[in-house]
Amino acid sequence: MSLSDIAISVRGLGKAYTIRHAATRAPTTLAEAMLERIRHPLGRTQEREEFWALRDVSFDVKRGEVVGVIGRNGAGKSTLLKVLSRITEPTTGEVDLYGRVGSLLEVGTGFHQELTGRENIFLNGAILGMTRAEIRREFDAIVDFSGVEKFLDTPVKRYSSGMYVRLAFAVAAHLRSEILIVDEVLAVGDAEFQGKCLGKMKEVAGLGRTVFLVSHRLDFVIDLCSKGFLVRDGQLAFLGPARESVIRYTETATLVPADAPSVDSYRRRRRSVGVVDIVAVDIDGSGVPTSVQVLIHIDVHCATAEIVCLLSVISTTGVTAFSVSSMDYGPPLSMSRGRHTIRIGIPTESLLPDSYVMDVRIAPNTSALAWDALEQYPMITVYPHSRTPRTWFDRPGRLVVGGVQWAMEPDS
Amino acid sequence: MSLDPGPNISMPNPLIKIRPPKGWAALRLGDLVEFRDLLVALAGRDIKLRYKQTLLGVAWVVLQPLLAAGIFTFVFGVIAGMKSTGPSYFAFSFAGLLGWTAFSSTLSKASASMVGNAHLVSKVYFPRLVLPLSTLGSTLLDFAVSLLVMALLLVVYRTVPSAAVLLLPLWLGAILCLALGLGLAAAALTVSYRDVQYILPVIIPFLMYASPVAYEVTAAPEHVRFVLYLNPMTALLEGLRWSLLGGNPAGMVPPTAGWLVYSLAFALLFLAAGAIVFKRMERRFADVI
Repeated sequence: MSLSDIAISVRGLGKAYTIRHAATRAPTTLAEAMLERIRHPLGRTQEREEFWALRDVSFDVKRGEVVGVIGRNGAGKSTLLKVLSRITEPTTGEVDLYGRVGSLLEVGTGFHQELTGRENIFLNGAILGMTRAEIRREFDAIVDFSGVEKFLDTPVKRYSSGMYVRLAFAVAAHLRSEILIVDEVLAVGDAEFQGKCLGKMKEVAGLGRTVFLVSHRLDFVIDLCSKGFLVRDGQLAFLGPARESVIRYTETATLVPADAPSVDSYRRRRRSVGVVDIVAVDIDGSGVPTSVQVLIHIDVHCATAEIVCLLSVISTTGVTAFSVSSMDYGPPLSMSRGRHTIRIGIPTESLLPDSYVMDVRIAPNTSALAWDALEQYPMITVYPHSRTPRTWFDRPGRLVVGGVQWAMEPDS
Repeated sequence: MSLDPGPNISMPNPLIKIRPPKGWAALRLGDLVEFRDLLVALAGRDIKLRYKQTLLGVAWVVLQPLLAAGIFTFVFGVIAGMKSTGPSYFAFSFAGLLGWTAFSSTLSKASASMVGNAHLVSKVYFPRLVLPLSTLGSTLLDFAVSLLVMALLLVVYRTVPSAAVLLLPLWLGAILCLALGLGLAAAALTVSYRDVQYILPVIIPFLMYASPVAYEVTAAPEHVRFVLYLNPMTALLEGLRWSLLGGNPAGMVPPTAGWLVYSLAFALLFLAAGAIVFKRMERRFADVI
């Protein structure tokens, strides 16, 4: 490879974060920091531990290559992107970038709710590093791509979420930098728009620009990328043909339960009905590798409640993989006043690789109106595994493998 | 027979080199020029957003300083009976507030600029200095509008400013340097320690009473004036007011050259120190904010 073809050159890149132990919390106020200084006037004041999010990463990317970065959550993908896009500085190593860099770690960074679509195009473009002249030149193309021309002078707070995302992506898609760094942003909008984004990314790549992108959608990586970049525990595990990197990845990864955020932001109703409340949800994937346990912790506020629990598992594209109801398996769950836990074992071996969320409804036996319900609560990410059919990567868009039996025998 | 080594392939110079931070960071003011459009866009955003969902809209730019000067006139001029040189106490305090507002609004906006734009800092690269600098846009606009009001006041009071009015940019520049220097340091500190956000609203009014906004230095006993002049804002505010109202035959005196040099030096020192502190802490912003 001729040296002048290189777009990105990375040598011995490392990024360490300091984590403090829970007992010695970081000072978050000036007073605490000063007190800490007074107590320990000399240097190191606390027990620290270094965590290397990236360690000794070296690689070259040629001009015009589209590199798909894959790896499990926490493997260091986002840190790598942040260092390459100069948001955070490396601890060790060197990075040389041969060209202007545009980075897109989030769709619509800097969009302001109160500003109109037109104003936001200029603001967001400037934030992404475009000059005013460049934005003006691309303005019509941006508006055209987003399909919101009728609402250009409406504040974006009145936009539907779909329009908002389309406009935001449209601005980013018209970045004219030689190197484009993209985090998981293709997974936005509806299926049609995703296809459009994918097409745009292909077009960008076709123009000889270098793209470095992170995606959980392995089918995208195979479809779009010339190279795959597999990150494992902060290190470069493999860099080579996209398909091969995906296959290597699938040999090691399985599924990861979401880290149970507070239920409050996923609750559908505003006020407690005062009969049954969901207080927390846990996802336990520690048992058998082919299933997860969903634990729904509820508070019953009345003497006894006859409860029906419904649970739907939904993919990133919004398709329900399956729904289960406690009614399918027996009479309503009868519960007395106090804290209870409903435990649901969900088989995951039939789920194809994707991130899944769930809708949970706790309803009375007698009525369809729910006492409490959660929507889009993070559940699990299923990574490709050895049981994932290889052909799936060529024909994405389905959800469940299922235990289909195939047999062919002659009728004699 | 020897193999032709071929043309010498030389590595083109990389456009961007990323290296681990070492020691003191360079200011890299060139980056700011490259990102000037962002600077303008962010300043424009702040200006557009300021008076959204207000009844009186842009009128507030004029009303705010007028109301403030009105209150000062009532409290200090009427009730406390404070004497002032110049055409009237109202014009006197309006001129003082003109300079003071430039200082306090630069300081408070610049210091809040990093935390207020945390989502940008953690998701996009740009020279971080752009954020505090962009706050100057709305401050300068306010100043310009207030200056027009001041001009109207001069007409009303039939005061013709002397040639000293040409020194106006000097006073304003020095005041902004002083405020920006403090604001940069405060912005950088706020990233790690949110306390700064709570200290500033307490300190700023205190500083106002320590500066000759509502009074003039000559109103203070002779032996106290020295202490007042130690505050670099004192000479700058007196200078600003002298530039605007000095044409009045009642006449006011400009600060002495000594104190003037002292204050200007202070302003530049503050600006440099603030910028250095900011650059020094900048590299941790995205990780900490």
